[in-house]
Amino acid sequence: MSAIVRRLKELKNYPSAIFGLSIIGFLLVLSIYTVIAIPYSQATKLWRGADQIWIENPRFARPVFFDWFTPKKLARTIIVDSKNNPAAKIVERHEKDVEIRIILEFEFPYDEFPTEINLFMNTKLPDSNMYGTFYWETPDGRKISLKRGSIKARDSYEMSQDTALRRRLTGKDAHIGLFSKPSNQDDGAPLKGKYKLIIEALSFKPDDDLDARLVVYGTVHGIAGTDHLRRDLRVALFWGAPIALIFGLLAAVGTAVLTMLIAATGAWYRGVVDGMIQRITEIRMILPTLIILIMIGMFYSRSIWVILGTVILLGVFGSGIKIYRAMFLQVREMPYIEAAQAYGSSGSRIIFRYMAPRIIPMLIPTFVIEVPAFVFLEATLAFLGISDPVIPTWGKILYDAQSRGALYMGQYYWVVIPSTFLIITGLGFSMLGFALDRIFNPRLRRM
Amino acid sequence: MQDSVLLNIENLKVYYELRRFGFVHAGYVRAVDDVTLSLKKGEALSIVGESGCGKTTLAKTILGLVKPFSGKVIFDGKDLTDLDGRMKLWYSSQVGFVQQDPYGALPPFMTVKRILQEPMLIHGIKDPNEQMARITKILTELKMTPVEDFLGKFPHMLSGGQQQRVVIARATILNPKLIVADEPVSMLDASVRVEILQLLRQLQKEHGIALIYITHDLSTVSYFSERIIVMYAGWIVEEAPAQELVENPLHPYTKALFEAISDPDAENLKTFKKVPAGEPPSLVNPPSGCRFYPRCDARVDGLCDRGRPEYLWVNEKHRVLCFPEEQKQRFKT
Repeated sequence: MSAIVRRLKELKNYPSAIFGLSIIGFLLVLSIYTVIAIPYSQATKLWRGADQIWIENPRFARPVFFDWFTPKKLARTIIVDSKNNPAAKIVERHEKDVEIRIILEFEFPYDEFPTEINLFMNTKLPDSNMYGTFYWETPDGRKISLKRGSIKARDSYEMSQDTALRRRLTGKDAHIGLFSKPSNQDDGAPLKGKYKLIIEALSFKPDDDLDARLVVYGTVHGIAGTDHLRRDLRVALFWGAPIALIFGLLAAVGTAVLTMLIAATGAWYRGVVDGMIQRITEIRMILPTLIILIMIGMFYSRSIWVILGTVILLGVFGSGIKIYRAMFLQVREMPYIEAAQAYGSSGSRIIFRYMAPRIIPMLIPTFVIEVPAFVFLEATLAFLGISDPVIPTWGKILYDAQSRGALYMGQYYWVVIPSTFLIITGLGFSMLGFALDRIFNPRLRRM
Repeated sequence: MQDSVLLNIENLKVYYELRRFGFVHAGYVRAVDDVTLSLKKGEALSIVGESGCGKTTLAKTILGLVKPFSGKVIFDGKDLTDLDGRMKLWYSSQVGFVQQDPYGALPPFMTVKRILQEPMLIHGIKDPNEQMARITKILTELKMTPVEDFLGKFPHMLSGGQQQRVVIARATILNPKLIVADEPVSMLDASVRVEILQLLRQLQKEHGIALIYITHDLSTVSYFSERIIVMYAGWIVEEAPAQELVENPLHPYTKALFEAISDPDAENLKTFKKVPAGEPPSLVNPPSGCRFYPRCDARVDGLCDRGRPEYLWVNEKHRVLCFPEEQKQRFKT
């Protein structure tokens, strides 16, 4: 063991190892942070999008750092709530009715149109039925009438979906038409300045009250953007790290160690045991791994543990068995194995204590290099729709992006960011693995 | 003195089966064929013979590493072929094995301490103090002092002689009754050979361990053992007390072996050594009759190529596998 530790200390002489280790370290820190900051139960709930958790997020928003690449000011989401702003609301109570006037005022400094406008309203009484009139006031003083109609207890007004309003705005959707310059100055850019939404409501229940929350959805959101269900991709991007690490490491370690032990068992006992192992391996090698995994995902279970178990099982009886067996057949003939037999070592002791340690130095770089393959396999399966339904992963973001035609729609961030995470994970483990390979197999150094 | 017999081998045959396509029987390699010998407690026995004569197979059979085809190996009154798992473990503590290649015989990833602990761990000596006491004792006897300097070393850090001492220490740490040394010095420098042999001999005498010393180096056997067995092609062709064999070798093969000993003598430049022509026979299809017959310069056609010779007992301790002189004379005429 101390020999292995001594060799691992050599890693600091390899820049690629340090680079790889820092990537892996970053992923580890990210994973630990994620697991603490967004606990598993919360993550699955967020990803399911229960209880309209994401209702105030824009759809298809890019990450905010897209600002750095353009001189334009990209539209952030603006939320104005009458609750937080008592001055915005004037309530006139009469004997038999109440008149409420809410003015939601906000500054719009961006160079892009918003993507949607929603107004959420809450009355005080659960069975109230108000009558409301909605106006829009632009910075240059134009007053646009939006809608007249009843306001229910929990109501929302999706302006962008209002076809009557669209007709009045000469065919433009509300989030464009309401922010456009007057038709004689229209240059395709939004008008900057102070906008006002005015609600005049009347209720025949004197003690009623109304609160309104205006959401003007922007085009950028958070550090990772959002998807078609308004979900913040940050959740899946962060949770992808621990899942990828756990899946990749467990699959690589499990496959490498089990392969080695099975190959050693076969090489030691020879005869029927070896024959069985070799035949199973040969049969398994002509079976298509991906298709078996897809079938298991389709017909049996998509639990990540079932998939992991299957990946290990299919990986164990692979070409590795043949390679390790060839090495073990050589080790088996070493005189020290015969000596160990002469002083009474059992078969299992010889396999674990005398044969396996000879191969472990070769095993360490191999399994580190194998990690990315399993990380990519997990992403591939998720991309094909075979992944745990509740766990957000990088592959799942790609699956959603692909099924919504993200690249076709120009939503590059949706594909590029999770792919980048996958690539740097692969890069980190590969660079570390190659450095380890050079340390443990010194013959490579000369090449 | 029947009770002092440690090891008794009776009509031992060790055949390796040859197979075609992995399952069709295609004959046997008769590595050891009908060997009978006995060994007393504390006795040193040498087995000599050229490469491929079956001496290593015989050693491995005695150690229990190779299963006999037929015949009996009786150790301390117990037949090896009947031993069950627990008794096999006991037996493995009773015999030590010293191999030819000291570096290959030591696991390269274990320290000297660990190497010496292994047999004790397997045989249930788990107390660290006792382990250390035994290790210290044996290494001191083998003149590897100070002991602490060697405990943490890996085999590749030791010289050939030191490696072989660790191998000997490992073979004797369980206090066995028998040590099988298979060419223990043939891979060492000439300079350390004598020292290692002396240490082995000393250890054997002090602890009363029986020793089977396998070699092809005739120059050391007479010094090293009380009795010598000469093997050829799976047979014991001659057995005699060491001194007697050196002085009076009877079998033509033994004679040829002694002729072939190199001697650092300038006179040897002028003479050619007589070496038996040809090669050892195939053990799959051994020659009919005497197996040495094709190379023998005293052969008698019509006799030697027919039947297997019987042992001739020259005296109580000296036997030779050859036809009696009278019989040969009769065939010659």
